[in-house]
Amino acid sequence: MSEVPTIYEHMRMKGYSRRDFLKFCAWITAFMGVEASGLGKVVRAMETKPRLPVVWFHFQECTCCSESFIRSSHPIVADIILDKISLDYTETLQAAAGFQAEEALHQTMKKYKGQYLMLVEGSVPLGEDGVFCCIGGRTALDIVKEAAAGAKAIIAWGSCASNGCIQAARPNPTQATPVHKIITDKPIINVPGCPPIAEVMAGTIVHLLAFDRIPQLDGLGRPKAFYSRRVHDTCYRRPNYDAGLFVESFDDENARRGYCLYKMGCRGPVTYNSCGVIKWNNGVSYPIQSGHPCIGCSEESFWDNGPFYQHLASFPGFGIETTADDIGLAVGAVTVAGIAAHAITTNIKRKNLINQEIAESKKEGGE
Amino acid sequence: MKKIKRVYVWEIPVRFYHWLNFLSVTTLAVTGYLIGSPLAIQNSAEASFSYWFGTLRFVHFVAAFVFFFNFLFRIYWGFAGNKYANWKSFIPLSSKAWKEMLEVLKLDIFLRKGKPLRSTGHNALAGLTYFITFLAFLFQSVTGFGMYSAMSNSFFPKLFAWIVPLMGGDFAVRQWHHAMMWVFVIFAIVHVYLVFYHDYVEGRGIISSMGGGWKFVEKKD
Repeated sequence: MSEVPTIYEHMRMKGYSRRDFLKFCAWITAFMGVEASGLGKVVRAMETKPRLPVVWFHFQECTCCSESFIRSSHPIVADIILDKISLDYTETLQAAAGFQAEEALHQTMKKYKGQYLMLVEGSVPLGEDGVFCCIGGRTALDIVKEAAAGAKAIIAWGSCASNGCIQAARPNPTQATPVHKIITDKPIINVPGCPPIAEVMAGTIVHLLAFDRIPQLDGLGRPKAFYSRRVHDTCYRRPNYDAGLFVESFDDENARRGYCLYKMGCRGPVTYNSCGVIKWNNGVSYPIQSGHPCIGCSEESFWDNGPFYQHLASFPGFGIETTADDIGLAVGAVTVAGIAAHAITTNIKRKNLINQEIAESKKEGGE
Repeated sequence: MKKIKRVYVWEIPVRFYHWLNFLSVTTLAVTGYLIGSPLAIQNSAEASFSYWFGTLRFVHFVAAFVFFFNFLFRIYWGFAGNKYANWKSFIPLSSKAWKEMLEVLKLDIFLRKGKPLRSTGHNALAGLTYFITFLAFLFQSVTGFGMYSAMSNSFFPKLFAWIVPLMGGDFAVRQWHHAMMWVFVIFAIVHVYLVFYHDYVEGRGIISSMGGGWKFVEKKD
């Protein structure tokens, strides 16, 4: 056994068989969207690579990302990835507290400078010099800047860290800011969702571990393997959408028939996530399957795009249920009324003038 | 006595563009509105028996391509066409244009009789208004194709994919794309009314000009 045990060695120590290990590798490779021939690479990486030093920060968040992660359907994820890989520093799960915890963090940051993986859960407040979120007497902003300087790569867990989520919702009193807007000189992977799916989180980490580089990202810095398709594209209710069969209210006959939830405000068509494929809780179900429209929790400012049960958001600056359609109709009505008034005034005010012109034209025409 | 002469103002490409634009914008607004709030159909048919919403969206997408390339063509014609179609007639570059705009405002809003309008093509205010609608065309095209890029493998819509992250996601893009539809509706109402109004008070045949291309102007003595 090597001096620093590899992931595989850790698994064996934990009592997992070689068969369990291979099953795990095949499972996670499939989720990552890597072709079957890449499996050997993943297995090899797990067998040979030493544990990846990881520090996991919690700022303005609710810990739902951690909760989601430790409930991954595969026990090895929680047992090995989190337990053995990530335990250098994570406020919610580590045994150490106070001074010792901070000490562990600084040792890791010093010893593995340029090598450790930095995971951030939660947004960073910039308002009032960042006093809204302090750990060990230092602001989140300070901590993020210091830790990012020595990090190999950063993963922004969840919507808070990747787009601000509820803290950044209007009026954003703490000036909650996602990580990628603060740190610009390190590779950052955004894994949005409130929370993200456990398998997506595990897949992202294993990809980094196995291939030693960040996965392919889209325009918003999200791994393409998990965020390239809309919930709508993989929705099993999609045929009802194309057929124009929609639920009109939650208690109608159409809801019972499992029609499309588009008119109930479903955000599936504008939300990029894997819910329709990987699903939740060991692949048991996901919101739409349970009869509830998608609320678009992995999309930027989804809290501000409400109400959730309306197709169009309320228009900024107007009443809560006022949509663009209401405003458009009102402006249209005012325009028509204005035109009617204009036409009437024209005929009254310019009557003499037009009569005069008519007379003139008669004269010109010689009639 | 007034002497009237005929001027061939709107060439065939301009008129063709105008009416094709009318058709595609009308189609886009109607189908777009229905895509945003589809009709309630209460039936118990299996989804596999019908595809009306899919067809509705298809019509919207086809009309969008027609609209966009028609728009591109009009931009080209702004350089290739006659002086009335030229891009310069849309942007008030001279102080004369600004003065004329004031005249038009006086005529349109205060119903005042000023000097008779001298422009043969668009008046300066109309030109500027159309220029603003061109910006709206551009906005609708970019946001529309930006949303479309998520469901297409073609290279063309992908050229517009950058707008989605810029606006913060598909939802915001959809929201603004939808709101802008109302700008088109309001424009159409005002546009049609003003054409009738100017035809009435100027008597230069402005309505028929988009049919046959001819306008009537006073001869300068």
